[in-house]
Amino acid sequence: MTANNASDLPQVSDRLAKNAMRNVSERIIESILFAAAAVSVLTTIGIVYVLVSESIHFFQNVSIVDFLTDTQWTPLFDDAHFGIMVLISGTLVSSAVALAVAIPMGTVIAIYLSEFAHPKVRETAKPILELLGGIPTIVFGYFALLMVTPLLQKVFPELPGFSLLSAGLVMGIMIVPYIASLSEDAMRAVPMSMREGSYAMGATKLYTAIHVVVPAAISGLAASYILGISRAVGETMILAVAAGMQPNLTWNPAEPAATITSYIVQVALGDLPHGSIGYQTIFAAGLTLLLITLCFNILGQWLRRRFREAY
Amino acid sequence: MQIHDQPQLKAEARNFNFFYGEAQALKKINMPIYDKKVTALIGPSGCGKSTYLRSFNRMHDLYPGNRYEGEIRFFPDNTNLLSPEVDPIEVRMRVGMVFQKPNPFPKTIYENVAYGLRVRGENNKRVLDDKVEQALRGAAIWEEVKDRLQDLAPNLSGGQQQRLCIARALATDPELLLFDEPTSALDPIATGAIEELVHELKKRVTILIVTHNMQQAARVSDYTAYMYLGEMVEFGKTDEIFIKPKDKRTEDYITGRMG
Repeated sequence: MTANNASDLPQVSDRLAKNAMRNVSERIIESILFAAAAVSVLTTIGIVYVLVSESIHFFQNVSIVDFLTDTQWTPLFDDAHFGIMVLISGTLVSSAVALAVAIPMGTVIAIYLSEFAHPKVRETAKPILELLGGIPTIVFGYFALLMVTPLLQKVFPELPGFSLLSAGLVMGIMIVPYIASLSEDAMRAVPMSMREGSYAMGATKLYTAIHVVVPAAISGLAASYILGISRAVGETMILAVAAGMQPNLTWNPAEPAATITSYIVQVALGDLPHGSIGYQTIFAAGLTLLLITLCFNILGQWLRRRFREAY
Repeated sequence: MQIHDQPQLKAEARNFNFFYGEAQALKKINMPIYDKKVTALIGPSGCGKSTYLRSFNRMHDLYPGNRYEGEIRFFPDNTNLLSPEVDPIEVRMRVGMVFQKPNPFPKTIYENVAYGLRVRGENNKRVLDDKVEQALRGAAIWEEVKDRLQDLAPNLSGGQQQRLCIARALATDPELLLFDEPTSALDPIATGAIEELVHELKKRVTILIVTHNMQQAARVSDYTAYMYLGEMVEFGKTDEIFIKPKDKRTEDYITGRMG
């Protein structure tokens, strides 16, 4: 018996040699896929690098304390002030208004579509809803300026022509489809057996939806809300068109104000000399915006882990 | 022909037909369910035993296109469970169910058991505490979970989850308890615990159990029904069915020549 004699057995490397050609093509495919993945990572790194390096120049001229505590934002005036809180307040107020519309509305729509709607209604309504997400934001901006603001002025006659309120409301409507669609997916992913368990206890559809389906889908719902927040914080056109662009430190949604994004679009369209302090404010503002959305993304990741579905 | 020591009826199917759309899944079922006894439904896959079971708490109402014909009478009040005038929610208030795969809600152990009571509007903390403990004791899981009632139920082991689901069903004092292959997802030890529990529970509640496992039917049930292709082939005392089946098809199935 020679079965134990290792030299009689085919070597692993022999078998690999036969497949050498397959190995090569496999490698090529792998490197193409890696390159594709690398492009997006490198782009992100590049953007962060540009933002940080330009911001460093900015912070050589302006102290971080001033940047965070000054109550005025007048980078292009002779008496320049660089208080980013002015822009952050506009961003936060408009986002809060938008989310106050989008989260309740999106969640209710998702509950209806996933738990109550007849399959035919759902199949028609969902694509139409998602179409709403495809409308260019500039259209929403003029809708806010020319439709919503005049309507609001009938109720509140003292409301100015530009306001965070009307921009925020329309931004909320823009975000509804994202939240509704993602939340509906999350709720439909809850297994039917869980619902049956609740119905078998004598629960109604509404009770089941609120007490079983929503808690079971909570991490998906949280993820959709975080996406909504990121959309609201990063939204530009609606705010540039309908909220006015006056930097204004305010927590009152009935006032006009500039947000980080609308400031950037306003200044970037002007003809600022390269390397001037005004030019550098764009990058400092952009970095601030990136940090805000990063915070929400981390929060979203944490929520997803914390409330991982256990069904 | 009434036998003298025959127990009281809890429910009775009379000429019961069931349709999934056009397809007839159950054909002219006539069968008694005796009070405080365990009745097992056996038969090969697709014979309609789960369909039949799920008719007792009107689970089929949740999906469009299903249709019942005939009656399932529920005693002592002689209600027809299938009647369109009878609210399925009322039916489910009286008939509990334990599913094939444990399906605890994503809530704490306590809230899982209290669920049915809360559905019924009970929010008194003292009453809930009491009923939750009773139900957990009834499902033989109290000792294991009494110190961690506020833990999330999905973190329990499979066997514990299933006993929790039984506790959840028991908490509302159902008159009839449906088990749909309750041990098919469990290991032998957890299965043994559930079977022992079924034996214990029949002192207080009528039980209807679907099982794939012939030994299980023989161990836990007082009565057995053999179903095949949507028909009730044979119904009788478990001892008689297993030792001396009258129908050839029942005999083939039980002795393992078919299914």
